[in-house]
Amino acid sequence: MKKDIILAGVGGQGILSIAATIGTAAIANGMHLKQAEVHGMSQRGGDVQSHLRISDEKIASDLIPQGQADLIISVEPMESLRYLPMLKREGWLITNTAPHVNIPNYPDIEKVLEKIKSLPRHVALDADKMAKDLGSVRATNIVVLGAAAPFLELAIEKLENAIRSIFKTKGKEMIELNLNAFRAGLAVAEKAS
Amino acid sequence: MQKQLLLGDEALAQGAIDAGISGIYAYPGTPSTEITEYVQKSKEAAEKGIRSSWSANEKTAMESALGMSYAGKRAMVCMKHVGLNVAADGFINSAITGANGGLIIVAADDPSMHSSQNEQDSRFYGKFALIPILEPSTQQEAYDMVRYGFDLSEKLGTPVLLRITTRLAHSRSGVVRKESKEQNKLKLPSNLRQFVLLPVIARKQYKELLSKQTEFEQESAHAGFNQYFDADDKKLGIVACGISHNYLMENYPDRKVPHPVLKVGQYPLPLKMVDQLYESCDELLILEDGYPIIEESIKGVLNKGKKIRGRLDGSLPRDGELNPNIVGRSLGFQHEEGLEIPDFVAPRPPKLCKGCSHHDAFMALNEALSGYSKGRVFSDIGCYTLSALEPLEAINTCVDMGASITMAIGAAEAGLVPSVAAIGDSTFTHSGITGLLDAVNNKTPITILILDNSTVGMTGGQKSSALGRIEQICMGVGVEEEHIKVLKPLRKQHDENVKAIQEELKYNGVSVIIPRRECIQTLNRRMRAKHKAKTANIS
Repeated sequence: MKKDIILAGVGGQGILSIAATIGTAAIANGMHLKQAEVHGMSQRGGDVQSHLRISDEKIASDLIPQGQADLIISVEPMESLRYLPMLKREGWLITNTAPHVNIPNYPDIEKVLEKIKSLPRHVALDADKMAKDLGSVRATNIVVLGAAAPFLELAIEKLENAIRSIFKTKGKEMIELNLNAFRAGLAVAEKAS
Repeated sequence: MQKQLLLGDEALAQGAIDAGISGIYAYPGTPSTEITEYVQKSKEAAEKGIRSSWSANEKTAMESALGMSYAGKRAMVCMKHVGLNVAADGFINSAITGANGGLIIVAADDPSMHSSQNEQDSRFYGKFALIPILEPSTQQEAYDMVRYGFDLSEKLGTPVLLRITTRLAHSRSGVVRKESKEQNKLKLPSNLRQFVLLPVIARKQYKELLSKQTEFEQESAHAGFNQYFDADDKKLGIVACGISHNYLMENYPDRKVPHPVLKVGQYPLPLKMVDQLYESCDELLILEDGYPIIEESIKGVLNKGKKIRGRLDGSLPRDGELNPNIVGRSLGFQHEEGLEIPDFVAPRPPKLCKGCSHHDAFMALNEALSGYSKGRVFSDIGCYTLSALEPLEAINTCVDMGASITMAIGAAEAGLVPSVAAIGDSTFTHSGITGLLDAVNNKTPITILILDNSTVGMTGGQKSSALGRIEQICMGVGVEEEHIKVLKPLRKQHDENVKAIQEELKYNGVSVIIPRRECIQTLNRRMRAKHKAKTANIS
């Protein structure tokens, strides 16, 4: 098994927690992993992306070649489209639909959503609202991860364990919140796929 | 031992802890910051008593590390590529003194300038200093090379340069650790004149360094980080340096390259291996992330030999980092393209955080300068450099650490009065103080804003050497007390801040204005930690 994943969002939206969760689950499965992150200047409210590669076999490049990603997982709708050149023709795009508007020229959100919905394989969900309903908008990223879960070919139980271990230091409440967020996202995806 | 998931930077740090360092010295700078942070957060490092606090700049870091090496212990000094410019004096001369305890200099290069003002290649510095260079291609190699580098440094009595690039520094993968080594005991050099670079001694030491070059090359040939993989199709031979080897392999899903490949991880180049590749292949392709250093040296200035392909002949782009697609194209592969980016997707550049004190400081400065012609603000390296962009468009230069004050001096002396310097608190203690002394000695009419957010903001909130000392430093250097003003950069104090700046702009001498308000990121972090501690107490 081999999955090449582009994680996308805006600095501060928690894409590295998504990466850490998938990574922890993959390592627990005895898989190889490479994950290229963006640190430094680009984090200041700019677009951020991470290349996450998991595989049964040794991985060569830290970067995913163009047109080879199996999945784009995005916490922001416009950002999900920025990485379309990376996605395989038969790849899936999983994205939050709630825009993060911190630039004056953010496009018409209807146009953005229309483009996302025109893709044959996509899951789009208002993860902001779902996370808020569950108790905190801070769990938005994990709602999106839940929606991506069926496409990862990792056991759901392993992913849930990974969430428990990633949020271990943040206390029981945060673990519960994020498990609920994960399950809510997963439920949406199971309907869509 | 079980694999640990580590960034390239973290692998270097863990490697250093396990190799028995007694100290790590550094000034924060992307993409090198996480090396030192990892040691600072490591319980093991704390138990072993490894010193790890931040230095004022890369030069002080380099020299402190050299001092630790003099005393016989292992030291690592870490910086981003341009930091090596700051440390260059000590760095180049450390090659002449040689090392006593193991000494590794880590330079983290930033091809494609993700977070930097140039993409200089630190391998040039290693070559310039005539010392061995290590360049890992994986996180595991990064870990292993630190151990080997310290052994090499002590065996041949030389500092070792370890060069990493952004992509590996900030990429995570599994690393297997080795057993941890004890630290060295205090042991001074057997020759107590070894580090005295008087010409009469330096000449001898330099000859010794030159005579070591053959051993350095022998190490490159035998240490195992340079590997020759033979193959049948000799129409092409490939040299793959550092991380470019990963991109090469990515293009062959079965991991079998049909051409002979020389994988390079250690310099000086292993000449026999290069010769074997050159002699057995019709042409060569050189893959290296950074400058075409190896390509140039194999080609030679006359380029009369076999065809050498790479960044210089257009087979690869002349600038920017490599990736699997670029390398694939140079090998003649076509790649499946994904969909195009829709044209309505707008760029989302980084910007100052909401609530950032720099924003309010520059709003006031912009208004204070509104009566003068444009182009008077000399600035520096930090978050505040983002104020060059819309909507503030407040600064006109950003060149190197500390250049704001000194460039303002030159411009004022050319007749541009008032000239303004805008520098951050940490950048000021890094390289601004000597410039301030120049201004004071010449009574140059400049107004200096020391933007004090009480942290090294851009790299993630490390402790600033300037913390609580700025006024004292300025007075100590000789700025008149009545021309040192502290402001609170808040919107509600905008009008009085504008007035204060305007008054100093009119002063015919050196003024220092200190807009002081904590970085919003570190403030939030502190508040969250406080809240957490409080709730923990209650439960």
